[in-house]
Amino acid sequence: MQLPLERGPISRHVIATLANGEEQASPLALGTGAVVDDADTQLALWTIYELHYRGFDGIPADREWDLGLLTLRRDIEARFERELRDGTRDRLVVVPSDGDIGRQLMDLVAADDSPSPAAFLQRRASREQLLDYLRERSVQQLKESDAQSFVLPRLDGPAKAALAELQYDEYGGGRPERLHATLYADALDAAGLDRTYGAYIDDVSALSLACANAMTMFGLNRRLRGAAMGHLAAFEASSSVPSRKIAAGMERVGFPDAVAAYFHEHVEADAVHEHLASSDICGAMVADDPSLRDDVLFGAASCLLLDALSGGELLERWTSGLEQAS
Amino acid sequence: MSQFSLGATKNDAGVVVRACPDGPLLVRGADTVMDEDGSEHAVTRPVVAVCACGKSSRKPWCDSTHKSIR
Ligand code: FES
Ligand SMILES: [Fe+2]
Ligand SMILES: [Fe+2]
Repeated sequence: MQLPLERGPISRHVIATLANGEEQASPLALGTGAVVDDADTQLALWTIYELHYRGFDGIPADREWDLGLLTLRRDIEARFERELRDGTRDRLVVVPSDGDIGRQLMDLVAADDSPSPAAFLQRRASREQLLDYLRERSVQQLKESDAQSFVLPRLDGPAKAALAELQYDEYGGGRPERLHATLYADALDAAGLDRTYGAYIDDVSALSLACANAMTMFGLNRRLRGAAMGHLAAFEASSSVPSRKIAAGMERVGFPDAVAAYFHEHVEADAVHEHLASSDICGAMVADDPSLRDDVLFGAASCLLLDALSGGELLERWTSGLEQAS
Repeated sequence: MSQFSLGATKNDAGVVVRACPDGPLLVRGADTVMDEDGSEHAVTRPVVAVCACGKSSRKPWCDSTHKSIR
């Protein structure tokens, strides 16, 4: 993909150092504001992370290990993690501190009562709003499950076997045309959107970037492997029912079958994955190392928090549009 | 070929079934799953979730409807 367009001083710094072929990015201090919903900082982080995924056209591959960019990444991550820890505290205090981790994860997900875009997409969203949703989610779904693959070598035994089992399903079970990221690209295509990786990077909101970045931050930092798998458990456990609703919405406006097909696949697949992630992966990790329990729960709560923020933003955008229109 | 059929008391060798509390049966190692009408459904995932609550609209697979009837 091409480098994205800058959205402020931090992303400008990152993009310019890559575009200008500098030897090493020079130091840059972050501002004082929150980073979780700051488009400039989230885009900078997304761009630095992308060097670990597919890179950018014309940018030398060894910029992945640019010490200046890695330093900036650590600064942003420290801030981002702190904001997520602060933001999830309320969700976590109500979870009993011991017992079965699978149960704790399910309770955490069940306790989430933030408004979800799925019901709106099912019943009320216009064609354009459904397209908006597909575009916003494209920055994470076109690399679906890739962040979690970074965790595989950090696990062992039953947890590793279960994550591999889950990922094999995400990656199409040996059939390239069934890769979930490819099913998403097919859905974009069928809806008349651009299936190209990164095509909508300049259009998506800060919070869509933050949702994708949280997965990468947890996946790339071995220290946060518990959070990565807790995040996965919450993600999978809050997907099957919403996917059913979104599939119905895509069918309601008459998109070709390939659009709803992505969501239908997730009704069934994530009904399985939720159990694999919470019991087989997180259960095994915590049994093996009880000190990971808090981070597993933190990761799950972070997923729910970011989904709530991002979902709330989209609903606000769509419903304030409705009021203006009426 | 190994097959898992709902209600069977004994499964062929190699098929492992686990019941999730208030949820589906997780089935590993089956090639097909038989629904209540006796028709066979091919297994295309390493693990499948078979509806145990009876309310799924995609039987024999779980579609998470069990969550709304708990
Ligand atoms: S067990 Fe999940 S829908 Fe029946
Ligand atoms: Fe998936
Ligand atoms: Fe999944």
